[in-house]
Amino acid sequence: MSKTRDTAKAGGLTRRQLLGSSAALLVGASGTARALSYTDTPEWQPFSNIAATPVDDDADWQFFTPDEAATVEAIVERLIPADDLSVSGKDAGCAVFIDRQLAGLYGDYERRYMHGPFQAGTPQQGDQSPLTPQQRYRLGLASLDDHCRNTQDALFKDLGGEQRDAILAQLESGDIALDDIDSVAFFEIVLQNTMEGFFADPMYGGNRDMVAWKMVGFPGARYDYRDYIERHNEDLAFEPVSIQGRGDWSTPA
Amino acid sequence: MATKLPRTDAVVVGLGWAGAIIANELVDAGLSVVGVERGPWRDTAKDFNIASVTDELRYAQRQELMLRTAQNTITMRNTPSQTALPMRQWGSFHPGNGTGGAGNHWAGITFRFQPEEFRLRSHLEERYGAGSIPDELSLQDWGTDWNEMEPHYDAFEKLAGTSGRAANLARGRQAGGNPFEGVRSSDYPTPPLKQPYSPTLFADTAREMGYQPFPVPSSLVSETYTNPLGVTMGPCTFCGFCTNYGCANYSKASSITTVLPTLIRKDNFEARTLCEVLRVTTDSDGRRATGIVYVDSAGRQWEQPADIVVIAAFTFENVRLMLTSNIGEAYDPITRRGTTGRNYAYQTANSVQLFFDDKNFNPFIGAGAVGMGIDEFNNDNFDHSGLGFFGGGSTRVTPIGAAPINSRPTPPGTPRWGSQWKRSTVDNYASTMSIGCEASNYASPNNYLSLDPTYRDRLGRPLLRITFDFTDNDLKMAQYVTDKVTEIAKRMNPRQMVAKPRTGPWDGRPYQSSHVVGGFVMGADPSHSSVNKYLQVWDVPNLFVVGASAFPQNPGYNPTGTVGALAFKAADGIVNHYLRRPGEMITT
Ligand SMILES: Cc1cc2nc3c(=O)[nH]c(=O)nc-3n(C[C@H](O)[C@H](O)[C@H](O)COP(=O)(O)OP(=O)(O)OC[C@H]3O[C@@H](n4cnc5c(N)ncnc54)[C@H](O)[C@@H]3O)c2cc1C
Ligand code: SF4
Repeated sequence: MSKTRDTAKAGGLTRRQLLGSSAALLVGASGTARALSYTDTPEWQPFSNIAATPVDDDADWQFFTPDEAATVEAIVERLIPADDLSVSGKDAGCAVFIDRQLAGLYGDYERRYMHGPFQAGTPQQGDQSPLTPQQRYRLGLASLDDHCRNTQDALFKDLGGEQRDAILAQLESGDIALDDIDSVAFFEIVLQNTMEGFFADPMYGGNRDMVAWKMVGFPGARYDYRDYIERHNEDLAFEPVSIQGRGDWSTPA
Repeated sequence: MATKLPRTDAVVVGLGWAGAIIANELVDAGLSVVGVERGPWRDTAKDFNIASVTDELRYAQRQELMLRTAQNTITMRNTPSQTALPMRQWGSFHPGNGTGGAGNHWAGITFRFQPEEFRLRSHLEERYGAGSIPDELSLQDWGTDWNEMEPHYDAFEKLAGTSGRAANLARGRQAGGNPFEGVRSSDYPTPPLKQPYSPTLFADTAREMGYQPFPVPSSLVSETYTNPLGVTMGPCTFCGFCTNYGCANYSKASSITTVLPTLIRKDNFEARTLCEVLRVTTDSDGRRATGIVYVDSAGRQWEQPADIVVIAAFTFENVRLMLTSNIGEAYDPITRRGTTGRNYAYQTANSVQLFFDDKNFNPFIGAGAVGMGIDEFNNDNFDHSGLGFFGGGSTRVTPIGAAPINSRPTPPGTPRWGSQWKRSTVDNYASTMSIGCEASNYASPNNYLSLDPTYRDRLGRPLLRITFDFTDNDLKMAQYVTDKVTEIAKRMNPRQMVAKPRTGPWDGRPYQSSHVVGGFVMGADPSHSSVNKYLQVWDVPNLFVVGASAFPQNPGYNPTGTVGALAFKAADGIVNHYLRRPGEMITT
């Protein structure tokens, strides 16, 4: 058993007080964590700090408006087009992934240093924007549609594949200036999040059916290659596994 | 106002590698010790489980184990004339947080520095002449030597279960190890790890070219191992979720897998987590540390008086705490006076990428420190006469795993999206490898640490400011070693090769290494160093500042073997010398 000091002496809550609140169990992962004093064998609960909650793929959009979601789907389907190698980024769930990320703790940069003064520096000094990911998407998607309305008389999502590709390429190179946000910065965050969604564990909403892992040959959430490490230059033909297992492991209801 | 707590014999700030080692040694010597750690208590079974550690989004992208920049970060600029701006997201380096420190998510490569390193200035002047070191380099000796360091390296390797193959044993030489290493009192505690394909291919080619490849020394244990503290570790399974992740197998050495499981059960030790130390308190003339002040997660401030204060909070926070506590004189790059913040250095990371058609490296099989290396181009292992630079790097192939958000090599010129991108990603995923050259970084008068005049942390305290760029010396060295590595790469006969020597200016965005050193360096001369060879602060005898902050410059090796050895050295200084004459500088 753990010996814990009283609050005043230890400079924090006791262990027992902490364990009373399950929200506080995510020590370090949330703002509710409290200072603790440990002596003797710390009482921990196995797995208490490991859970990342799988997203609900079928739920409504959690951050995007339906219009925004349609625009994001129209983007990710061009960044990762359907072809003989895989389904599109849209069908792999990349827009769902981005939506859930924006609705979660990434969305408002709760972990990021966000104090000013905000000023542009050298490229080597990195991202200095005061905008959170939520703001970047909200402003970027609206500005993108403004641009398309002005130049094509249509919304981005209603343009053909090649037209969308051309606009995305111009955002990437900075040849298009958007009204409310730096176009390159907007393109970069969308590209980054799209690739994260495509290649991350499917529990986050993208990489559906482990499509990206099958495509490149990444075995996923395996943990023991001792029997394989010395099998050099050989195709090991692993079926991928996700953190939640694999579809064919569970009996259909 | 801080509430004053009852005094303790010793307080140790930071429970990463250095802090946990020292705390344990002091407790064993009979002292009552309080360890204060700004992050949470971390434990393998609670935090790192096979069922969930394999999560690239959470650990590599969202940086779960790293210090949140919202809590504390640094500001950076390349030259003193620029305005430093905050690093809002970790890029170049990945500082840790919580018990275990950066040791939870480190890679585990565990080198000893070579004997010449500890007297680098003297060594280079003896070999190349008194005036041979250019003015842009402020190289200096460490104030200690190999004979003093070797037992402490040995102790650290035994604590960590380091795997490897010795070459230069006191009882005689043996083949297959690193022929450039200093003489060792004993072999590695565990045998080398098994090797995947890419390091094997590299080593075969290097051997054909006359080089002497060796397994990279690694604190990822190769077999079940029980260390001298009685803590048992399990064999590494090459899971490939290693660097930036915690280990679920108790295979990767860190303070939570090697020290804390026993330390926390000892009667006279207490760990306080989620408590961030704000400053060291001193008596009125600043010649004695009286304790520390910390803030807990509820925002309450506490003063912990102690007879001995040990700061082991990683390079950045070691230096920031000294600056905010007015310990020593802040370094001024114009007058070159002052020692706190002086001789900050980094690592010069170079690489050559090799694209093949006919190979399958199974790159997802990997570990932070599995691999093969050569040392022919490292440090002063080759003749620098007429080359116009000093230093060199450790050349090696260490496949760390290939989780695909980050590991998607494509040749230069490939689009970053669309069908062509996808085709190239699929074609190159399994058939690309890279040879790295982790090279030295030599201190220079314009590279230093100071307090930022503008940016503050959430508590209103100034952030640490880094002023740093690569010197001409290091850029020339980078080109030279990368050319040498390219010769080996060519011989391996890839379809395409991309050489990436480090070029300036230092860029804070891409990850390079977390090997940030200096700023509170050790030495024999107080005008050019902050601590003596026992890591004892000049003029404040009961204060010890321990970590890579004590390195006067950085050789072409990873730092942690030496950080661990210095932690044992500081503990030896306290237990075997300081306690005999408390309140005095150790003079032996
Ligand atoms: C991704 C990565 C890979 C690496 N790979 C290697 C490698 O292969 N080989 C190698 O040699 N090295 C490697 N390193 C470096 C290695 O992790 C460090 O050298 C080592 O952890 C340093 O030990 P330390 O005790 O000085 O600092 P840490 O282990 O970081 O411990 C410092 C502790 O102090 C705490 N602390 C800081 N400030 C305060 C404060 N104000 N109050 C209270 N507590 C505080 C921190 O939270 C932390 O727990 C790597 C690092 C990283 C991040
Ligand atoms: S590669 Fe080995 S040491 Fe690293 S996390 Fe996996 S099992 Fe642990």
